[in-house]
Amino acid sequence: MTLLKAGPYSVRVNHRSLIVGVVLLVLLVAALLVTLSAGTNAFPMDRVVAAVFGSGTPAENLIIGELRLPRAVVAALVGIAFGVSGGIFQSITRNPLGSPDVVGFGIGASTGALVVLLILKGSLAATSIGAVVGGAVTAAIVFALSSRGGVAPLRLVLVGIGLGAALNSLNSLLIVRAQVYDAQSASAWLVGNLVGRDWDEARLVGGILVAGFVLCLVLHRPLSLSEFSDERSASFGLSTDRTRLLAVGTGVLLASGAVAVAGPIQFIALTAPQVTKRLTGAPGPNLVVSGLTGALLLVLADLAAREAFQPRQLPVGVLTGLVGGAYLAWLLGREWRKGRA
Amino acid sequence: MKTQNLSLGYGERTVVGDLSLELPTGRITMIVGPNACGKSTFLRGLARLLPPLAGAVLLDGRALAETPSREIARKLGILPQGPIAPDGITVGDLVGRGRHPHQGLFRRWNAEDDAAVTQALEATGTLELTGRAVDELSGGQRQRVWIAMALAQRTKVLLLDEPTTYLDVSHQVEVLDLLTDLNQRDGTTIVAVLHDLNLACRYADHLIVMKNGAVVVAGEPGSVVTASLVEEVFGMPCRIVPDPVSRTPMIVPIGRHHVFEENQ
Ligand SMILES: Nc1ncnc2c1ncn2[C@@H]1O[C@H](COP(=O)(O)OP(=O)(O)OP(=O)(O)O)[C@@H](O)[C@H]1O
Ligand SMILES: [Mg+2]
Repeated sequence: MTLLKAGPYSVRVNHRSLIVGVVLLVLLVAALLVTLSAGTNAFPMDRVVAAVFGSGTPAENLIIGELRLPRAVVAALVGIAFGVSGGIFQSITRNPLGSPDVVGFGIGASTGALVVLLILKGSLAATSIGAVVGGAVTAAIVFALSSRGGVAPLRLVLVGIGLGAALNSLNSLLIVRAQVYDAQSASAWLVGNLVGRDWDEARLVGGILVAGFVLCLVLHRPLSLSEFSDERSASFGLSTDRTRLLAVGTGVLLASGAVAVAGPIQFIALTAPQVTKRLTGAPGPNLVVSGLTGALLLVLADLAAREAFQPRQLPVGVLTGLVGGAYLAWLLGREWRKGRA
Repeated sequence: MKTQNLSLGYGERTVVGDLSLELPTGRITMIVGPNACGKSTFLRGLARLLPPLAGAVLLDGRALAETPSREIARKLGILPQGPIAPDGITVGDLVGRGRHPHQGLFRRWNAEDDAAVTQALEATGTLELTGRAVDELSGGQRQRVWIAMALAQRTKVLLLDEPTTYLDVSHQVEVLDLLTDLNQRDGTTIVAVLHDLNLACRYADHLIVMKNGAVVVAGEPGSVVTASLVEEVFGMPCRIVPDPVSRTPMIVPIGRHHVFEENQ
């Protein structure tokens, strides 16, 4: 155990989590640099660094500083948001399947965004509000349907999966009913995409992440105790229902913010906390490591989607969807054998 | 700590009815009774984990229902029956979490927390297990770690549901000695459910005998335990002899086999 302090706030973390976190941070920076330098127009590292600080040639400044950099930053921030949100949900449901992309919150968020995009013709900001509202309404419905004197984690997962399926059809309906051009861009968005993401999007997710970070500081300890039985966390004076409510609120905010910017990219929220668990071997939600893992996964996935299929670019959601679908099938099989799903 | 007309149950079903009794402060109280008579239910009610159907539990003269849950957690700790640990948690981490009620959002992990954890680990003989994962321990080691977690909470009242299950006989005695130390040194009020009648009689200052959700008798073991009481509550004939070691009542069961002398 190591004690980390920041001003009046302190947390105890285990050594391995700390090392894993630092290594992930280094890898993330390296991955970001590779993303900025690699491609059809490849640049050496010194030029990348120059362009990032705005002192490259006009061409370098444009390609690296204005095209690749914001997209890479958005990828990292969206990855963090998905990773943390997945960590929160898997912790409160005590189930790896309880991540927002599986239980329908991500789909609910995209329904909200689609309504704004297609029916109200709103801006980016309006779309993100639509996504957050969509995610929150979905979460509220899932909560209402799955609580009977307290929220049972497994029931929440099952209800969420069911509602997600219903919302998927609603999304299809929205698209079928839309104008051809709108429908095309909306279905491209629904796959999950980072092409052409700009500083506006980065600021939006960044802002949501800051709010999420503050909430996570409050949530950190209650969450780590809620992994015990409900009875035990209650014996420590915690209200499990209140913890869950705050946690779901935070998780929905983060996931919806990410969805608003990048579309419902699958797999990151599901995998990041699991990878984190393997890497750290520690209990608890480990939100920081989970966020970093999410960022690294998404930055790498977006790099692959951008460069591996040249001359075409694949939407990153297609790639994560393929890998994630296979992973989900494997996970379902395993959980089933354990008698939990 | 005491209860007033306390009724507890699940849904519509009342399991413990109309209990008014006093749990003496600074003493060791043991609760005994047959399976499913409501011992765990009663303990859960005492720890506000189960809201009363009627009546109230008073701690320091104040109803639990009217006391902030966190404040209760600083005064009262509970070791539930068969607790589950989060996957992969280490002993040190688990016991450290017992400090939660003493920490606020901005209260640091400080020397007092370290001292409480170390002392709890030492007292339960689990100091050398600190870095091990809880799910890799034997049942007995695990039980001692849970007790350490409850100790780390440093409460004036400690409720324990069958703290000696899974333990071999020497560790059973060790745990009960540990609770007695705690009681004598810090004046901690101990309330424990125990299945071993002889150990309960030996270690209790105050014995509560339950049957079907009601208290049959409560008092000092030496004066309340009789052969007819045991037969009435457990449906088992027996003889009571003085425990040669502690002079407390010792219950010697009489089964259908292996009965010699004048009982034949
Ligand atoms: N969560 C629950 N929901 C419904 N009924 C319960 C619950 N827990 C216990 N009961 C019932 O309440 C009654 C008393 O159970 P309790 O656990 O208090 O018994 P106990 O005296 O602790 O038994 P044991 O010695 O086996 O631990 C039993 O009939 C049991 O079936
Ligand atoms: Mg019991």
